[in-house]
Amino acid sequence: MASKVIMPKLSPTMEEGQISRWLKKEGDKVSMGEPLAEIDTDKATMEMQALSEGVLRKILVHEGESAPLGQLIAVIGTPDEDIASLLSEAPAKPAATPQQPAAPVEEPAPRPVAEGNGRQLQEVAPISSSGRVIVSPLAARMAAEAGLDLKSLQGSGPGGRIVKKDIEQALTQPKPAATGFPRAVEPARFQPAAVASASAYRDEPATEIRRTIARRLVTSLGPVPHFFLTSEIEMDRAAEMRKGINALDPDLKISINDIIIKVTAAALVQHPAVNASFQDKFIRYYEHADVGVAVAIEDGLITPVIRSADQKSLSEIAAEVRELAERARARKLKPEEYTGATFSISNLGMFGIDEFTAVINPPEGGILAIGAMTARPVVRDNEVVVRQMMRVTMSCDHRVIDGATGAKFLQTFKKILENPLYLVV
Amino acid sequence: MQTITIREALNQAIREELARDEKVFLMGEEVAAYQGAYKVTKGLLEEFGPKRVIDTPITELGFAGLGVGAAMVGLRPIVEFMTFNFSILATDQIINSAAKMLYMSGGQYKIPIVFRGPGGSAFQVSSQHSQAIESWYAYFPGVKVVMPSTAADAKGLLKSAIRDDDPVIFIEQERMYGSKGEVPDDPDFTIPLGVADIKREGKDVTIVARSLMVPVALKAAETLEQQGVSCEVIDPRTIRPLDIDTIVASVKKTNRVVLAEESHPFCGVNAEISSQIMERAFDYLDAPVKRVSGEDVPMPYAKNLENLAVPNVDKIVAAVREVAYLD
Repeated sequence: MASKVIMPKLSPTMEEGQISRWLKKEGDKVSMGEPLAEIDTDKATMEMQALSEGVLRKILVHEGESAPLGQLIAVIGTPDEDIASLLSEAPAKPAATPQQPAAPVEEPAPRPVAEGNGRQLQEVAPISSSGRVIVSPLAARMAAEAGLDLKSLQGSGPGGRIVKKDIEQALTQPKPAATGFPRAVEPARFQPAAVASASAYRDEPATEIRRTIARRLVTSLGPVPHFFLTSEIEMDRAAEMRKGINALDPDLKISINDIIIKVTAAALVQHPAVNASFQDKFIRYYEHADVGVAVAIEDGLITPVIRSADQKSLSEIAAEVRELAERARARKLKPEEYTGATFSISNLGMFGIDEFTAVINPPEGGILAIGAMTARPVVRDNEVVVRQMMRVTMSCDHRVIDGATGAKFLQTFKKILENPLYLVV
Repeated sequence: MQTITIREALNQAIREELARDEKVFLMGEEVAAYQGAYKVTKGLLEEFGPKRVIDTPITELGFAGLGVGAAMVGLRPIVEFMTFNFSILATDQIINSAAKMLYMSGGQYKIPIVFRGPGGSAFQVSSQHSQAIESWYAYFPGVKVVMPSTAADAKGLLKSAIRDDDPVIFIEQERMYGSKGEVPDDPDFTIPLGVADIKREGKDVTIVARSLMVPVALKAAETLEQQGVSCEVIDPRTIRPLDIDTIVASVKKTNRVVLAEESHPFCGVNAEISSQIMERAFDYLDAPVKRVSGEDVPMPYAKNLENLAVPNVDKIVAAVREVAYLD
């Protein structure tokens, strides 16, 4: 009674999944509902559960490899049964193909698979609310009239119900809702608590994005061993360069952050050991620096990715960052635009933060936390002089980056940023 | 404009209609010599004499039948039930005779009769004497059911009911006879049956309330105003025929609705209103229709339990906040 394990649909927009980790080895016993593997989808890493009992006979798609939806990725069966006929289907072929005609009698495969697809949706992906959109009749009509995709919205009503307010908010993005109707969201609505008793509070359902952030981050700081490297960088030349470029063409509007992205990318390609990702059984080294830039949005944050930032000019980076950040705030980013960075940058300088540590966005190997640029007294040639200083702290995944490796990267980063002419040399 | 109680407004309506049309007469237990258990018929025996204002024996089925017969031969009786609890004894005449006669006689017999008296919750008179049974009567085609909440509505609607050619169930609220309001002086002031009244305009949530629940809903609306929620309070005034158009128009504006009533929730009038809203304004609802009803128990005698059984301001406020997604 061997049965097929297929790549399940774990998010509404998922088209293929990458096996992040097999939780069972070939030969391991599995029971129904037991976690079988972790799968990276476009949005998150999700657990896939076994839908039948037996022994994991064969793994066909290995860790780090991808497969389209419905593709056979493993076989579960009894220890000694013949699974050759199942294996012969191996590469490709969506599973939900109609009835396999000449299947032997002991072959109930097609049905469980068809069923399995539905069940996996329910059991494995509770956070996608099993794909069912809960929406008030009014909100549904408003969305239809406005041409809004309900699946792209976060419901604020009970049980995640999408209500009028959510549609109004979506329509007035990026401006945060000013619907003129008081909501629990407004802090002014807190009920006053009696003196000396516990604080009044309100419970609001966690939004999808908040839950995604929570899930992603505990897969980081918990399992990923972080260590931190801090460096202080003199920014006068970078600031001068920015001024010079913007004087050439005010339309370019290059920011210090754009320069930091460019320098990060340049340093990354010089230090492939840092532009890497720990994948359990192997380490993946990336050829290009796809730099994720953390952007704060209402109720969360998202990291649009500047692809191959090492090959792009400053003006290209500046324009791309602006455009992506704008769409990020409007929640209009496509999954491929905010996933799959090789390294990230988080900048809280605009909030006057001097230095901080950032949490790595797995499976990336590191992240740079950028502090504010401020005029500080420093010693140069035994003289105290004033310089524009900026502190950066790099969080490293110790599984791929060792202290010296990270320090060397940071050294290069500092060298280029302090002497941005290196960018053109 | 005069400011009078609902009791006085009803008395004026009956007096004016007795004076206006000699076919109108009044009968019921203690309506004449005692001037009414709730003094609604005060002074009428003296003014119109024992032929027009008649004390009956304690036999609701009997005098209700007498009234139906009188209506069949062209009179316009006003039959007072001491309370609508006692109308239960007369339901055969009301439902099987009054409501169906026009239909079963092929239109030959109109039944221009008013059955009136207090209904709804009263103060500590327990299960048999404190209940809202309007949904019983509203269930049947052939009768009209009216429930006023203000002095002006009481007068204007009762006059229309007496002039109407169909049987009208006119339920006054036992707790509200003393509540005062402005009433036009015009002796021909009437309010048409089947027209709802917007007691308060608002934009965020519609509250539909009738009878005793109207002042309660208005108070809730005041409280909610302070919390930043604007409520529209609609009093249908007539339960059948129901002015659903006014309710639906309001729901289309506010997208949220709370229905308040004293009666039990199961098969109550608000179950019907809720269903009609769903049928006619489904695409305008941003939250499920919310009912606030009397508890689904016989009315308790104990004061504390009685208070819990009847909807109050807090319950309506909580319901409004729920449909507005504020809690």
